[in-house]
Amino acid sequence: MQYFVTGILVGGIYALIALGIVVIYKSTKVFNFATGQMMVVGAFFCWSLMKWLGFPSWAGFVVALPLSYLIGLFVERLAMRPLIGQPLIGAMMACLALSVLLHGLVILVWSAYVTSFPTPIFPRKALTFGNIAISGGLLGAFVIAIIAFCVFALSFQRTATGLAMRGTAEDHELAQSTGVRVTSVFALTWGIAGILCCISGVVLADRLALGVTETSAIAFKVFPAVLLGGLDSIPGVLVGGLVVGLTESLTAGFIDPIYAQITPYIILLIVLLIRPEGLWGLKRIERI
Amino acid sequence: MSLPCGYYNVNYRQDMAIVRTRPHWMILVLGLVALLALPLFASGRILSIMNLIGITVILVHGLNILTGYCGQISLGHAAFMMVGAYISALLTVYLKISFWLALPIAGLGTGIIGLIFGAPSLRVKGFYLAMATLAAQFIIPWVIVNVRPDITGGSQSFRVPAPTLGGIVLNTQADMFYIIIPIACLMTFFAKNLARTRMGRAFVAIRDNDLAAEVMGINVFRYKLFAFFISAVFAGISGSLWAHWMRVVAYTHFELQHSIWFLGMVIVGGMGYTTGPVMGAAFIRILDEFSAILSPIVADMFPAIAGQVSAALTPIVFGLVVLLFIVFEPRGLAHRWEIFKATYRIWPFSY
Repeated sequence: MQYFVTGILVGGIYALIALGIVVIYKSTKVFNFATGQMMVVGAFFCWSLMKWLGFPSWAGFVVALPLSYLIGLFVERLAMRPLIGQPLIGAMMACLALSVLLHGLVILVWSAYVTSFPTPIFPRKALTFGNIAISGGLLGAFVIAIIAFCVFALSFQRTATGLAMRGTAEDHELAQSTGVRVTSVFALTWGIAGILCCISGVVLADRLALGVTETSAIAFKVFPAVLLGGLDSIPGVLVGGLVVGLTESLTAGFIDPIYAQITPYIILLIVLLIRPEGLWGLKRIERI
Repeated sequence: MSLPCGYYNVNYRQDMAIVRTRPHWMILVLGLVALLALPLFASGRILSIMNLIGITVILVHGLNILTGYCGQISLGHAAFMMVGAYISALLTVYLKISFWLALPIAGLGTGIIGLIFGAPSLRVKGFYLAMATLAAQFIIPWVIVNVRPDITGGSQSFRVPAPTLGGIVLNTQADMFYIIIPIACLMTFFAKNLARTRMGRAFVAIRDNDLAAEVMGINVFRYKLFAFFISAVFAGISGSLWAHWMRVVAYTHFELQHSIWFLGMVIVGGMGYTTGPVMGAAFIRILDEFSAILSPIVADMFPAIAGQVSAALTPIVFGLVVLLFIVFEPRGLAHRWEIFKATYRIWPFSY
């Protein structure tokens, strides 16, 4: 039961990271391999605001969000905009190269040492319900993740900008002909993805530790969650994240923590073999 | 493919020839002699860089066959290289098999592993296939480290004996140079010829449009599996050479970042050119050496970040270079080289 609850809570964070990937994929058809590094950058923004400028933890978190938005915009403008219309491998390699570049920049600015926030954002005290203990950090992270998830998911459904984004996702040319500025939608999606990465990076760094390799490695566990839910499905992402978090936690608890390291990738292979478009993803029919 | 002015192909053999003219032959022979004479006067450091480039060229040729010719992206080539390295290491250590036998076995064994992870290409392609190879990149090192740590040394590094030839132990950089470089040349020749066979043309057809290729009667799944197999064989051979060159294998040599580096080399060199991997691997490795030379200088200029510079400079330079290539010259150095050759031939006229 303990593992079950932990799995659900971790899965919530995975879902938030996955949302950042899906948002970008939906509108630009680019899979953001640099998610992990963007998380690290966001978390380090928060860290520097707290450490160097003495912000209280909550203020650091809030101020880091617009900064990460800017990072998202930069990435889109400098690396992704020139590649619109290029073959798949170009965009994919650009993301991978970007992740290597960000990795180097983070090491240059903040060093490769593992640190943690000067003051924890969420209380460290564990809550106990019967015989289940939930660490305060994990619960706080889960709550933040779910709130952020709902806010973004709702804004896609209810606001005009969200409508423009969904329209762009449907068909670039059609959206453009109805007066949507597709390029600014692209920029906006990357900015939003930057914010989502920042939130997930900060809550993860607060819960575990902040390190350039450690924090970004978690993003790779999220890729299976994205594929399981379907690359272009927002509710699917939530389910995918929860399933991956749950299986990982249950494997760690009942079989062996070592096996938990690869359960996400085994899920990934199974999904690819059985249902590559994911649970709720759109199946593409191809014509010549 | 245009020929120098004044040369005409009058039969099929001439048309198929790789080395076409007398100057070509002279350049080739002189180049090979110069390359093989290099250990006589080059320092150990240069030789070790050359060896590293040679090993990398083999792997990147494999990746280029898969990605550049067949259009299937692999994020797991470092893991395939790891399979080759460990097969070769385990065979020579536990079964006392000679390196010369372990090398082809490592290649074939890795090829079979490549087939297994290429199998999802039956159903998925493009980005999804990249995800399957990403899974390979995480699962293979995990299996090697965790399943039988008593055999593979687990997360510890694993010592490998030096190759021997008739009682002579080949353990210097120059010795390894004479093993690695001929193999690299042979593999380059093989890759060049493969691209011109029926299989190579099928690969290109699949890359350009797999549906159209299938309609034309190409068995897409079979050829994709072939591409995975050949590509993994190249990776296995390169891994085996790596193991016996480094004399030690560890899982930290074959991580995701290395796979990304190999893909970057394919991009920088030029996808779908046989010269591409050679140029790309050499370019990136030499760039890496330069950033290693540069980092103490930068560290002196900015003492505040001196500790991080050496670790940070390499990824920054690599990421930047690959990004610039993707944006400004997605067809890579090989394409520039072709343009240069064409211009050189007809100079001073523009066409």
